[in-house]
Amino acid sequence: MKKLFKLILILSLFSLNSSQIFAAEKVDYLKTDWSFKGLFGKFDRATLQRGYQVYTEVCASCHSMKYLSYRNLSEEGGPEFSEAAAKAIAASFEVKDGPNADGEMFTRPGKLSDKFVMPYDNVKAAQAANGGAYPPDMSVLVKARGGGVDYIYSLLQGYEDPPSGVTLDDGVYYNKYMYGNKIRMAAPLSDGIVEYGDGTNASVEQMSKDVTTFLMWAAEPHLEARHQMGFKAIVYLIILTILVYFSMKKIWSRVESEV
Amino acid sequence: MSDHDYKPKSKVGQWFNDRLPLLTLANHLTDYPTPKNLNYWWTFGGILTFCLITQIITGLTLAMHYIAHADMAFESVEHIMRDVNYGWLIRYIHANGASMFFLAVYIHIFRSLFYGSYKSPREIIWILGIVIYLLMMAAAFMGYVLPWGQMSFWGATVITNLFSAIPLVGEGIVTWLWGGYSVDNPTLTRFFTLHYLIPFLILGLVVLHIWALHVPGNNNPVGIDIKKPSKDTVPFHPYIVIKDGFALLMFMIVFAFFVFYTPNILGHADNYIEANPMVTPAHIVPEWYLLPFYAILRSVPDKLLGVVAMLSAILILAALPWLDTSKIRSAVFRPLYKQFYWILVADVLILGYVGAMPAEGLYLLIARVATAYYFLHFLVILPVLGFKERTLPVPLSITEPILGGSPNLAAARHRESKIK
Repeated sequence: MKKLFKLILILSLFSLNSSQIFAAEKVDYLKTDWSFKGLFGKFDRATLQRGYQVYTEVCASCHSMKYLSYRNLSEEGGPEFSEAAAKAIAASFEVKDGPNADGEMFTRPGKLSDKFVMPYDNVKAAQAANGGAYPPDMSVLVKARGGGVDYIYSLLQGYEDPPSGVTLDDGVYYNKYMYGNKIRMAAPLSDGIVEYGDGTNASVEQMSKDVTTFLMWAAEPHLEARHQMGFKAIVYLIILTILVYFSMKKIWSRVESEV
Repeated sequence: MSDHDYKPKSKVGQWFNDRLPLLTLANHLTDYPTPKNLNYWWTFGGILTFCLITQIITGLTLAMHYIAHADMAFESVEHIMRDVNYGWLIRYIHANGASMFFLAVYIHIFRSLFYGSYKSPREIIWILGIVIYLLMMAAAFMGYVLPWGQMSFWGATVITNLFSAIPLVGEGIVTWLWGGYSVDNPTLTRFFTLHYLIPFLILGLVVLHIWALHVPGNNNPVGIDIKKPSKDTVPFHPYIVIKDGFALLMFMIVFAFFVFYTPNILGHADNYIEANPMVTPAHIVPEWYLLPFYAILRSVPDKLLGVVAMLSAILILAALPWLDTSKIRSAVFRPLYKQFYWILVADVLILGYVGAMPAEGLYLLIARVATAYYFLHFLVILPVLGFKERTLPVPLSITEPILGGSPNLAAARHRESKIK
């Protein structure tokens, strides 16, 4: 009984922290089943590819993703576009390069090794174009928000008319999942705003799920490798622990004491 | 101990050992007589050694890829996470390793508190441990600054600002610590340097800690002095090695679960936002392992006194061998102390909880009561208890309660069953 009590004490040390993270906003986020959760969680390729489409056609006009390269799009564990497709995607962007032998800067089509082209040259330019609010870089966005994927997923669907008594300034919108409920981003998604190549119905809910999955991959490109290795590592450790336990019992049987 | 009799078997071994007695040392470490009744709470010393070495190895690897510059640190961490081979694994082991290190050190410290391991003749071991713990906190704090996220930056700002509470020279000291007038690139580079240095200082102190341990030998759950070597002891190898190994593997399973499945749960989401001196996060919260002290700091309305209270809360531990006046080591034979011990554990957990909450209203009140109790425990309860408490009969040896012959055999048997 006392051992159990001690165990609970130790575990409560850990639960402290999660309560600390979510203490600030006690909001019930919208739930959906994420394929990447759990011991064997993986990304769904089609979802990631659709998510990339939503990102590039909707989000990318304001939000950068500066830590990703076009080559990542064809890498294992990601959307896994074919290399040719990734090359074509890269080539569809103009990349500033240089200086060349004449000392001139020039633009050229993107290559796989290029980082995602940013919509604005710098933070100031982004702020100027967005009424003073900086659209955050999306590379690690899901890890940079307390509620993670559930928060982003909910936020995208959380736009509604402000309740009576709430006045909004120009260029400010009401979102029930946003911290403080006021957001400078207009509702980015509306039904059919993108046309999916695979025929999936582009509802707001569907697009939210797709793009949030894509953002999860962007923030954790090695998530699948991590889950696979984690399972193997833990199974290995458990087997080794059992073997060591019996060795220990055998060794300690030589003395009149228990372990 | 049989150290002096040891003679290597081979001629070469003898020749070498006469000049540098490394083989004698190895022999001492394997033969080291250890009480055979040590329970699993004693395995955390070995686990902590594992944690330190893991942190050093992963840290060295990370340092090969990390760039300590205010403009590049955040990006270089993302480079490690994305492009360095298994960089994500190394970084997540290092980041979660810090938490596992503190989890283990808290168990280690509270084990010592329960079984009175800090008492004579082990005061130096205990004080070395407190110094190691202080250095661990410094290393962890500076390590958390290195990714240069929002919590890094603002945590560094808040903690370094504590020095401004020192009268007259405070502001000057803060400027000196920062290397400028705010937390900036010079702060980052010196924190990186010190973060790299401190683990090696800890390693040196760990050697002293173990050396000091090997003079009187381990305390044990019964808390009595034992003859070494004797029926009460087993050689360190293989008995303790395999037991520590087993416990370490169990610990590694928990560790692996965090690394592979919830690598970010012990961190703060804001630290994935690049440091921005113009935007202050809504709540600036330290890592979980510093929360009890953070609560003590904030529970005192005056800044200087708050800092004094926080430092005292740690330094008071160094005086513990003299504050605890009881001659009996183990709480097993101290019925009253045992209860106060668990109240202290609860008190520290409560402090940790309120440390994570905003310092206002009920939380602040709880923090103040818990802080007052923390000091009451060490400054009043422990000294008084040593004189007032009626302790239970202590067996004469570890084997004695088993073999019989104790003046109070029944009581000793009863105690023995509780130890296990």
